[in-house]
Amino acid sequence: MTNLNLAVAASLNVTTPSDQATSAAKITARNLDFYYDGFHALKNIRMDIPEKRVTAIIGPSGCGKSTLLRIFNRIYSIYPKLEARGEVMLDGENILDPRYPLNRLRSKVGMVFQKPVPFPMSIFDNIAYGIKHYEKLSRADMDVRVEQALRQAAIWDEVKDKLKGSALGLSGGQQQRLCIARAIALKPEVILFDEPTSALDPIATGKIEQLVEELKRDFTIAIVTHNMQQAARCSDFTAFMYLGELIEFGETETMFTRPSKQQTEDYITGRFG
Amino acid sequence: MSTDQALPAGALSAPADAVARRADADRRADRFFRYLVTGAGLFVLVALTGAALSMLWGGRLAFSTFGLDFLITTDWDAVGKKFGALVPIYGTLVTALIAMLIAVPVSFGIALFLTEVAPPWLRTPVASAIELLAGIPSIIYGMWGLFVFVPVMSTTVIPFLTKYLGPLPIFGPLFQGPPLGIGMLTAGIVLAIMVIPFISSVMREVFLTVPTRLKESAYALGSTTWEVAWNVVLPYTRSAVIGGIFLGLGRALGETMAVTFVLGNAHHLTASLLMPGNSIAATIANEFSEADSEIYLSSLIALGFLLFIVTFVVLAIAKLMLMRLNRNEGNR
Amino acid sequence: MSAIAEKLYRRRRFKNGVALTLAGAATVFGLFWLVWILWTTLANGIGALKPELFYQMTPPPGEDGGLANAFFGSVLMSLLAIIMGTPIGILAGTFLAEYARRSLLGETIRFVNDILLSAPSIVLGLFVYTLVVKQMGHFSGLAGAITLALIVLPVVVRTTDEMLKLVPSQMREAALSLGVPQWKVTVQVLYRSALPGIVTGVLLALARISGETAPLLFTALNNQFWSVDMSGPMASVPVVVFQYAMSPYDTWHSLAWAGAFIVTVFVLCTSLIARAIIARRKVAND
Repeated sequence: MTNLNLAVAASLNVTTPSDQATSAAKITARNLDFYYDGFHALKNIRMDIPEKRVTAIIGPSGCGKSTLLRIFNRIYSIYPKLEARGEVMLDGENILDPRYPLNRLRSKVGMVFQKPVPFPMSIFDNIAYGIKHYEKLSRADMDVRVEQALRQAAIWDEVKDKLKGSALGLSGGQQQRLCIARAIALKPEVILFDEPTSALDPIATGKIEQLVEELKRDFTIAIVTHNMQQAARCSDFTAFMYLGELIEFGETETMFTRPSKQQTEDYITGRFG
Repeated sequence: MSTDQALPAGALSAPADAVARRADADRRADRFFRYLVTGAGLFVLVALTGAALSMLWGGRLAFSTFGLDFLITTDWDAVGKKFGALVPIYGTLVTALIAMLIAVPVSFGIALFLTEVAPPWLRTPVASAIELLAGIPSIIYGMWGLFVFVPVMSTTVIPFLTKYLGPLPIFGPLFQGPPLGIGMLTAGIVLAIMVIPFISSVMREVFLTVPTRLKESAYALGSTTWEVAWNVVLPYTRSAVIGGIFLGLGRALGETMAVTFVLGNAHHLTASLLMPGNSIAATIANEFSEADSEIYLSSLIALGFLLFIVTFVVLAIAKLMLMRLNRNEGNR
Repeated sequence: MSAIAEKLYRRRRFKNGVALTLAGAATVFGLFWLVWILWTTLANGIGALKPELFYQMTPPPGEDGGLANAFFGSVLMSLLAIIMGTPIGILAGTFLAEYARRSLLGETIRFVNDILLSAPSIVLGLFVYTLVVKQMGHFSGLAGAITLALIVLPVVVRTTDEMLKLVPSQMREAALSLGVPQWKVTVQVLYRSALPGIVTGVLLALARISGETAPLLFTALNNQFWSVDMSGPMASVPVVVFQYAMSPYDTWHSLAWAGAFIVTVFVLCTSLIARAIIARRKVAND
């Protein structure tokens, strides 16, 4: 017995089956294990993140979904005692290989965090910050790039008159869209979202979900969420994780209406979590 | 909300090898920065070690000439070139002890008042005022001490003490002598005032970390405020309170200017608190410019070394005590 | 309640009352001294204030004059001390917060730094005497500045360490996930975020060194005349105050009070500004 609400939400999801069937994998993880100070946190993960689609990763607290997401841009490497083993291929190259340059990875894979963290600078400088590190642009070119990023993040109209103002003056939802614009500005191929709306009110959440739907036209998106309705609303594919293992992966509509594993069904119907 | 003009993803204008070169430059810069900050961190270690070693070196003549007797001799003869540290050591310890005897209960009272008794609107202003005491430079304490406090002591307080406490059997000898005003008692009191803000602010901070549920369960059993403070809050924060006390002690031992003004700079060992004495810091401050022989200078530096060792030990104990509370906090 | 319980309860209530009254008395006791000391400084200092303080030099024994060279020396040495101590302090604090947060080396340095923070300043003065004055052969304003820098250093290290630790880890991660290297993230994002706190630390250090006397006694010594020569002895307000106060001359006493008053006002104002910065930041973040 699947949750009726989720089934309805999933069926309202606009993607057609044909879109999903023809999508190649952008990121593939094989034999992926992860250790926290000796503790085996992720076990033998095998997963494909399809290109230019939204993949949601769901599961109860502590199942490892954020951990998995953070492997895709190797942000874990700044902390000691964290270790990943196995293979994660991005465009045919193993990003876990120490020889793969970190800054190239991060220019291809952007990340948006749970808590909106605008840098203590002006709105313009926030967006320009990443770009400046890679490219030397003229003032005019930089203006264009910043505007593009802000437009793509659906926040241009709200901030175009206060680009020089501090980013800290924006509301929570605006700050988060700013952070999305900041990640987009580097023109990555993949954007990772780690529970991006858990700190936001419902209206701001709705705007961000709408944005995610539009962004998949140009970017591959992976989104970790503890909110199942959110996953049902905006993703094409869903991965369900439990205690460090990938239990099931499939098209969202199928997952929420006819999951093939009992554990998945139990979680979705709220029997645990 | 359309996405006009979105360029294809991955089209960073910089080509792959430029990105790779950037990566190398970044790595080098990161490494340089890491060396820089590590060097700065090590510099802190070097500074302290250097201070200790330099004073040991400066005092070597005195230590080698007088040996361990340096610590127990009362001689202080610039002409005959015989020096002993007992009088300054004694004075330092006694004035610090007096300071702690006064400061610890008063600080506890202030901390108790500020955490349990005072209404919320009163807390911040009073706490800030007490902390102001810590900000006043010690030379101001010295001047106030010499010009204002000493006369009060010599005209009112000391005659009172000599008259009523002098004749007493055990404590009597502590309160003998003419009412000079300057002396170890006065110095001890001034030190106490200087040290109160340090101890009380540590106590206050630490009292505030006691979990409310702990106090509430005591209150629910019918305890009075005092009982909660004495039987729940104090035991819970015991390590940190001791740490705070040692912090104050460290300060009292090393204080120079306030003591120099009111202690009297006399190289005599007396039992009476009302007589002038000397402390290590005051001796060094007063006599450094007069030191006319190598051995004199070396003795003064040797005194500095002793002070350093003592305060180092006291402050280390304070730090360990304070760290212990943090650790317990984490485990609860 | 039974009679015994009633009696016990009354006794406990009495004890409570006494204890809390004593606590209040202790607070009044503490405040009493504060008021007395500040009042004394104010009363004696204001009476001694006059414009000559700022353009006349420190006078020979018994005569009247000003404190111009002392002010200048203090300002110069303090400024130099801050210039020398702050960068090293910020870098060392960065090391503790960003590169060695839980390592043994980091903990050791933190421990040593805290001891340096509370160590008697006279000890630091002796250190610089042995290292600099003895080597140079004479007292100097430079040696004085170095000693003051050694007092500034641990304050800045501690403040930087604490302030950087307060920056949310997600801000660090967000900047790094853009591909920006760690050093740039630290300098361009983290420092900016922690700046008000670091400035506060510097101001507190400044307040502290403005009143320091003992260490200057054997490094910068004193100078009766106007001097801009850092390699020679240099006057400073606290040292002049010390010398004049301990003397038997009234004119010198008057100058000493004026100097003491100005130093106190400066120290208290600087501390208040530092506090205000922290308070404003707290409000902004809430």
